[in-house]
Amino acid sequence: MIETKNIEPSAALEVLKDLKDSGYNMLVDLTAVDHSSQGRVPRFEVVYRVASLDLKTGLESAPRVEVRCEVGTEPVLRSVRALWPIADWLEREVWDMFGIRFADRPDIKRLLMYEEFVGHPLRKDYPISKRQPLIGPKAEPAEPVNLNKDKPRVAYE
Amino acid sequence: MSKENILPRDSRFPSGEARETSDDRTALMLNMGPSHPAMHGVIRLLLELDGERIKSSEVEIGYLHRAFEKHAEAEPWNNVVPWTDRLNYVSPLINNVAYCLAVEKLAGVTVPERGQYLRVVASEVSRVTDHLTCVAASAMELGAFTVFLYLVKAREYLYQLVDDLAGARVTTSYARVGGVKADLPPGFEAKCRAAFAIVRESIRDSDKLLTKNRIFMDRVEGTGVISPEDAVAYGITGPFLRSTGVPYDVRRAHPYLVYDRLDFEIPVGSKGDNFDRYLLRLAETEQSMRIVEQCFKLMPEGRHSLGPKDMLDASEMQDLGKAGRISEIAGKTARTCQTLEGVDCKEEVYGSIEGLMNQFEGVMWTWGLKVPAGDVYVPVEGANGELGFFVVSDGGSRPYRVRCRPPCLFTMAALPRMIDGGWVADIIATFGSVNMIAGELDR
Repeated sequence: MIETKNIEPSAALEVLKDLKDSGYNMLVDLTAVDHSSQGRVPRFEVVYRVASLDLKTGLESAPRVEVRCEVGTEPVLRSVRALWPIADWLEREVWDMFGIRFADRPDIKRLLMYEEFVGHPLRKDYPISKRQPLIGPKAEPAEPVNLNKDKPRVAYE
Repeated sequence: MSKENILPRDSRFPSGEARETSDDRTALMLNMGPSHPAMHGVIRLLLELDGERIKSSEVEIGYLHRAFEKHAEAEPWNNVVPWTDRLNYVSPLINNVAYCLAVEKLAGVTVPERGQYLRVVASEVSRVTDHLTCVAASAMELGAFTVFLYLVKAREYLYQLVDDLAGARVTTSYARVGGVKADLPPGFEAKCRAAFAIVRESIRDSDKLLTKNRIFMDRVEGTGVISPEDAVAYGITGPFLRSTGVPYDVRRAHPYLVYDRLDFEIPVGSKGDNFDRYLLRLAETEQSMRIVEQCFKLMPEGRHSLGPKDMLDASEMQDLGKAGRISEIAGKTARTCQTLEGVDCKEEVYGSIEGLMNQFEGVMWTWGLKVPAGDVYVPVEGANGELGFFVVSDGGSRPYRVRCRPPCLFTMAALPRMIDGGWVADIIATFGSVNMIAGELDR
């Protein structure tokens, strides 16, 4: 039911533009996965999910398409804000959570975290017990809890 | 707001050029929120005002970010279910169901039919509570406090139902990977019908108080308008999109559970304004109640979750055991109290040694449920729109990544488009109809 396209990040904008022109009028989701703890290079996979919605019937006139591109931290992807305005916020979230840059958005703002936050929390190497509060005690917990010593999926400090 | 101040409908949302301030006036920056009585939860609107008119606005979110997606990566599969309660906390049952459906699809298992019907019942009761809350809160913010009390009272009866079903009013964790927590408690159907009668009466009362009320209509009619094309471009789904006349509903477009067997209508609006959204939510509660009533008729007997074998009431089993009639209870499982909490099906856990062992293994670190490597995206119709879970597994005992597609994030991103060029007072009505749930928006 879902068609998946694995493409080069440099071609992403063209592919998505073609999709938009062929009637994919909704960007359902834009997110990323950090595969670094599986040792994949490049480490991130960015997933665009688009749908073509018929405004009359409310049904989708073609199967949804997933566009996946593997990227590192360097800015190779270009913004798709011009195609779907919602991409503005979704790209901000991807930058905020994973630190993936978009080539034509050099001064992109974080979406969920605050400006002063250091790092990108959904990266696998961001420790889950790390604290960096804006107010209150700044110190790290003295003895961070490691619940998962046998198979560290998330880096603990 | 007097009548002269209200602009004709067409000039309200100019395309941009009409927004300039005349030379002798300066723009005023106003922070609305993060703590503001009308900004449910915490959210900040940065407004640039020319008098009472909004020149431009910016939405700042993230005040309730609790790292749901990060936490999910550190928990076994089933332990993520309680976190999903805290996403949309007005309809937590739908979140539970959505997450479990995603994991089950990845694992390639299907819940028994009765379990699917129970999930539909849970989801639809939750949808009614969500719509009632939204209409109640937005009416209250426009001054209709009576309506708030009527609808929240009705909601309380539904919360009581949820409490009977799941053991908690809000933090339900009712669905599990592989089924649901428990079957319907005794007398649920009658209680449900009684509660629905109260909900219907309250909706009728609210309808009489609001739908032809001049004060209410002046605030909601023609405000917060968005076109179907814009709504789709912003990825808006749910009641918000349907108010613009697009009958997109995940239950119809991508049927899941048993929705393809149920008869329900998809109400749509025509103008895409706040008034349409108010009417639409009231109409949808009726459809949800119809679905639940059909489920009671269609629900088959049998298991509600994967696992348990033949079941026997625990007390009966005990009596048979005491009487020494062991052959009659061999291979059977005790049906126990509905309110027992736990990961696995409790009839099994309390009824057989294998079940107890399974439960023990299920909660041990690095044991428990293992889901094959891969990824899957499953959308369901949340109360606010398409609620999707993108779940990635590396074959281990906990998720590699869980992404929640929160429906109200997409609507919030489009909020400036709906309020720019309008009056400050219209923000309250428009923002109320967005039904922003900060838990879901910020995750």
